[in-house]
Parts: sequence; structure tokens; C-alpha cells
Amino acid sequence: MNIVVCLKQVPKKDSILRIGADQKWIDERDLSYEMSEADAYALEEALRQKEKHGGEVIVISSGPERVRQSIKEALAKGADRAIHLTDPLFNSGDPAVIARALAGALKNEKFDLIFTGLQSDDYGFAQVGLILAEMLGLPSATIVMEVQPEDSGVRVKRELESGWFQWVKLPMPALLTIQSGINQLRYATLKGIMAAKKKEIKEVKAADIGFTESDAISAQSIQRAYFPEKTKRTEIIEGKPAEAAAKLMEKLRFDARVF
Amino acid sequence: MSQGILLFVEQRDGVLNRTTLEALVASQQLAAGMSESLSAAVLGSGVSAVASEIAAKKLDKVYIAEDSKLAEYTPDGYTAALRQVIEKLDPRYVIFSHTYQVRDFAPRLTAALGKTFVGDCIGYKLEGGALLLTRQIFQGKINTDVGVSTEPPIFISFQTGSYRADQAAAGESTAQIENFTLDMSGVELRAKPEEKFQEAKQAVDLTQAERIVSVGRGIKSEENLGLVKDLAEALGAELAASRPICDNEWLPMDRQIGSSGQTVAPKLYLAVGISGAIQHVVGMKNAQTIVAINKDAEAPIFDIADYGIVGDLFEIVPALIAEAKKSQG
Ligand SMILES: Cc1cc2nc3c(=O)[nH]c(=O)nc-3n(C[C@H](O)[C@H](O)[C@H](O)COP(=O)(O)OP(=O)(O)OC[C@H]3O[C@@H](n4cnc5c(N)ncnc54)[C@H](O)[C@@H]3O)c2cc1C
Repeated sequence: MNIVVCLKQVPKKDSILRIGADQKWIDERDLSYEMSEADAYALEEALRQKEKHGGEVIVISSGPERVRQSIKEALAKGADRAIHLTDPLFNSGDPAVIARALAGALKNEKFDLIFTGLQSDDYGFAQVGLILAEMLGLPSATIVMEVQPEDSGVRVKRELESGWFQWVKLPMPALLTIQSGINQLRYATLKGIMAAKKKEIKEVKAADIGFTESDAISAQSIQRAYFPEKTKRTEIIEGKPAEAAAKLMEKLRFDARVF
Repeated sequence: MSQGILLFVEQRDGVLNRTTLEALVASQQLAAGMSESLSAAVLGSGVSAVASEIAAKKLDKVYIAEDSKLAEYTPDGYTAALRQVIEKLDPRYVIFSHTYQVRDFAPRLTAALGKTFVGDCIGYKLEGGALLLTRQIFQGKINTDVGVSTEPPIFISFQTGSYRADQAAAGESTAQIENFTLDMSGVELRAKPEEKFQEAKQAVDLTQAERIVSVGRGIKSEENLGLVKDLAEALGAELAASRPICDNEWLPMDRQIGSSGQTVAPKLYLAVGISGAIQHVVGMKNAQTIVAINKDAEAPIFDIADYGIVGDLFEIVPALIAEAKKSQG
């Protein structure tokens, strides 16, 4: 079974974010990056499926040079080869633009499943996978918590709201968006890191896939980025830890009366 | 020419999803602000009761689009059906509530129509006649105002809790209900859903707890959990967690708070190293008193906390334990 995993690199979770000079995005200087969380789970699930059923795991990611680091991590964990979409023309705040680029690059690939994370930790669109599925004419299921390939397709457990689940059966090829927590993530081994050095990372530019200026036009775009205004007045308790702790306990006891 | 606003009404087994009423409030405000008419579409099979419930609200028209292929939700069925409704009515805006179901098909539908979908919005602004949609990025840390440059219809979904369902205006008279004739004969439903189910009964019922200490990824590793366990004990509280803690299996799933976990409203909810993502907040925002301990002064959790301490939890939690024990003795 061949599985394509769409990966996105995002600023590390603990990053202190600043608004950029154009006030339309964050200031990207001095940030460290990592694989978006749900994508890491999607990769892990693909590797586990491959270990059970054989086949190939292909990772695909769009972004500047720094993205290679996440691609290499995926290869070190066990992915077989990678496609890196490097053309700046692919960069967009519109999920349809990136889906178009992915669709172009995957057109000539043979696969049974495509996995994406259910949403990214930066834009959080939760759309690229589904738009890609629509463009490639594939059936889809979102927020997947278990994947069971069967003779005639794939059976997946979808998470619904407030503790409900549902199994859904799909013919393959299909696209699944994977929820965090579907499995336990592995670390790359030293052996894996060494092996990754020999694995193929194919670079793809717009011209290679017939992606034109008009394909890159964003239908939606950020006009302004800013820190949210606080709507509730939180009483911030100052002081050294012991002092703050004492003040807080007093408030909880006498003002909030929670005991 | 495209005109009017179309609200997607979500139902399950003939019962209205309450978050649709929140999206209705947004739709009513948009309709008033832009002088547009407002209609709603109910998809399904045997959904006339839901249509009547919506028709009692302030809006112009309710469409019922029924077909046996819509009895059970599937992305293919809903995409095809709503597409037919939209192509016929040609609205300027199509509004959804940002539910799991909408997430499952709305992006496909918009892609099929070659349109754009601004999802998970928390509000909107009308600036000089132009519509800007406010949505959060980086899990609620930053807001953005998003502009759209395609031809209508424009697709928008609103996050749960962004509007208050009880503010949905009632209509002076019942809105007209019209049957919309679908042609689903050529539509293939590729996904075959089985029965919905809940996992085995939860071992801990956090809904009954008076006080909850809840731990997030700020705790860094499983070994450090002892610290928050001690705090919970010293405060006479139950221990709960954000999703990543349960994803890592550091605590069992039944201690997870949020949209995919339990919903609680204790007297005290003390969040330790939790950023306050919306999917967590929906599970605890009704707590009487919310306290947050977080090293990041900009963490969204401070937006809903009554009391906050900005600092390193590994210094503050031990001090709190000592203080709590002091007053017990
Ligand atoms: C469909 C869907 C469903 C979801 N369901 C749920 C759900 O039910 N429940 C849930 O919780 N989440 C859920 N999530 C995930 C949610 O979006 C967030 O990713 C998650 O809540 C983040 O958990 P966290 O706050 O513990 O971690 P993070 O967001 O990583 O936050 C960690 C926080 O700890 C702080 N911190 C770090 N170190 C320290 C220190 N030394 N001292 C003090 N503070 C520190 C950081 O400043 C940060 O604010 C869901 C997501 C999706 C997409």
C-alpha cells in the first residue's frame, strides 16, 4: 500500500510570536520550526500502515529551504522518498492555491491513500486536504482516529463531537485527515538518520507541473494581523512565586469562595 | 446577479444542532448590515420539524431539501445536494457553523464550485462596504482580518461560541417554508457510514467535581505530573488535562477536557501550562472561577481567566502546594 503524507512546517509551539512589519503576518525572523503536530501523527500512521501492509511512504511538503529539515526528519523516521515544492509561487494564504500545487505534483504519483493532518498549527484552515481530494476526485474522511485497510477499501474511525465516533468505509484511493493522538509518535533513530541521507528529495517548481501565475491567485488573504483584545479583565497576580501563591490562595478562599 | 444570504442548517436525526442558531445570529446581523435577504436550507430526510423550528426565527425563507440519500450524513451527499441548492438560489454568502460535519464537506463543496471558504471565523467587520472576516491563527494567539476577492458566493463558517444562540431574533410571523427539488439520481455516495457510538463509559466523571486542576503541555514530561497531582490533592481537586497530555497517554482519555473530551463547570478550574485553544476552552469556560498559570502573558487562556499568574509553573506550583498545605494545617 502506497501512502502520500502532506507535511507542513510551522513555528515551534513555544515560540514567542510577534506581528511582522507589514502587519499581515508574523515576524518570521529568529523563529525555530517543526512539523505541524497533526501532520506528525499523519506521518506516524503512514509508517505504521507500511510496516503492517508493505508499500511506500512518500512525503510532500511546500515551503522554503528550511522545510528540508522537516522532510529529512520524516525520511529519518522511515518515509521512503520526498517531494519538496520549492517555488515561491506556491506560497499563499489561500488553501486552494497550495492544494492546487499539491494536486499538480501528485498527478503522476501512484498511491492508495493520502494523509494530511486535520489542520495546521499556524493557519488552521482544515481545508487543504479536502480541496486536494476534490481536485483529484478522491473520496475523503476527516478527523480520523483509526485506519483499517480492507480488501475492497479502507475502514476508518472518525471522531465526532463530544465523545462520539463513527466508522466509515471508503473505496481507495482516498484522502484522510488525521487527528492528533491516533498513535504514539516515534523518534528518528541514528540508523534512520544515516539511511535518510541516501533517500530522494525531488524538488518541484511551478513550471514542472504547469502551475501558472493565475493558479497562484489568492481568493482570500489576510489584510491585518494583530493580537486579540482581551475581553475579560483577568486579575494578574504579581510577585515572587511564594508571594503570588499566598495572594492567590487568599483570593480563592475569600473572594471567589471556592473551598 | 447573486443576492441574499443562505444559512446552512445542521441537524442530526431530525434534531437541530444548537450551533446553527449561533450562525443564525451572525447571519441576521450580516443581513441587516448589508441589506440582504436571509434564507436557510435544511438538508436531510424527514426534517420538516427542524425547518419549522428555524422558520419561527427572523428570516425570509426556509428551504427543505430532502432525499433518501441524505438520511445519513455523507460528504458526497451533502456536497452534491447543497451544491444544487446554491446553484439555483445563487446567494452572495453561504453561512455555516464551524462544526465537525461542516469541516467534513464545506471545503469540498467550495472547491467543487471554484469558490473560497473562510472557515472558523469569530466575527466580521464591514469597512466601507467591504466585508472582512475575523479568524484566529496560531491556535488563538493572533487574530486576522481576512478579505475575499472572488465572485460570490462567499462561504463563511463561524466558530462555536462566537455568537450567542439566545440572541437569535424571532420572526414576527413564521417564515415561508418551501420544498426544494433535488436530483440525486446520479450521485454516488462513496463513503459508507456505520452506526455512531460512544466509547465505553467513562471511569471518572469530572462533571461532578467541585474543583479541577487541569494540566497542559507546559508540564513538559510525564515525570513532572507528580507536581500537579500534589497540587490537586492539596486543593481537594480532581486532576484533568488538555488533549496533548491524553494523546501522549500520560493521563487516560477520560480526564480530557474540551470539544472531544468532557465539558465541566466546577467552582474552580485551575489551568496549569494550558494555552487556551478554543477546543479546550469550550469544555471549561463555564467554570465559576478560572485560574491560569502560564509563562506566556499573551496565552489565550488569560482571556477567560479570572485570576492569572504569569510565570514558570515549576516555581509557582510548588509555592501553591506549600500555601495550600499551610492553611490546611
Ligand atoms: C478537532 C479538534 C479537537 C480538539 N479537541 C480538544 C479537546 O477536547 N481538548 C483539548 O484540550 N484540546 C483539543 N484540541 C487541541 C487544541 O487545539 C490544542 O492543541 C490543545 O488544547 C493544546 O493543549 P495545551 O494548551 O496543553 O498545549 P499548548 O497549546 O502547547 O500550550 C502549552 C502552554 O504551556 C505554557 N508553558 C510552557 N512551559 C511553561 C512553564 N514552564 N510554566 C508555565 N507555562 C508554561 C505555554 O506558554 C503554553 O501556553 C482539539 C483540536 C482539534 C483540531
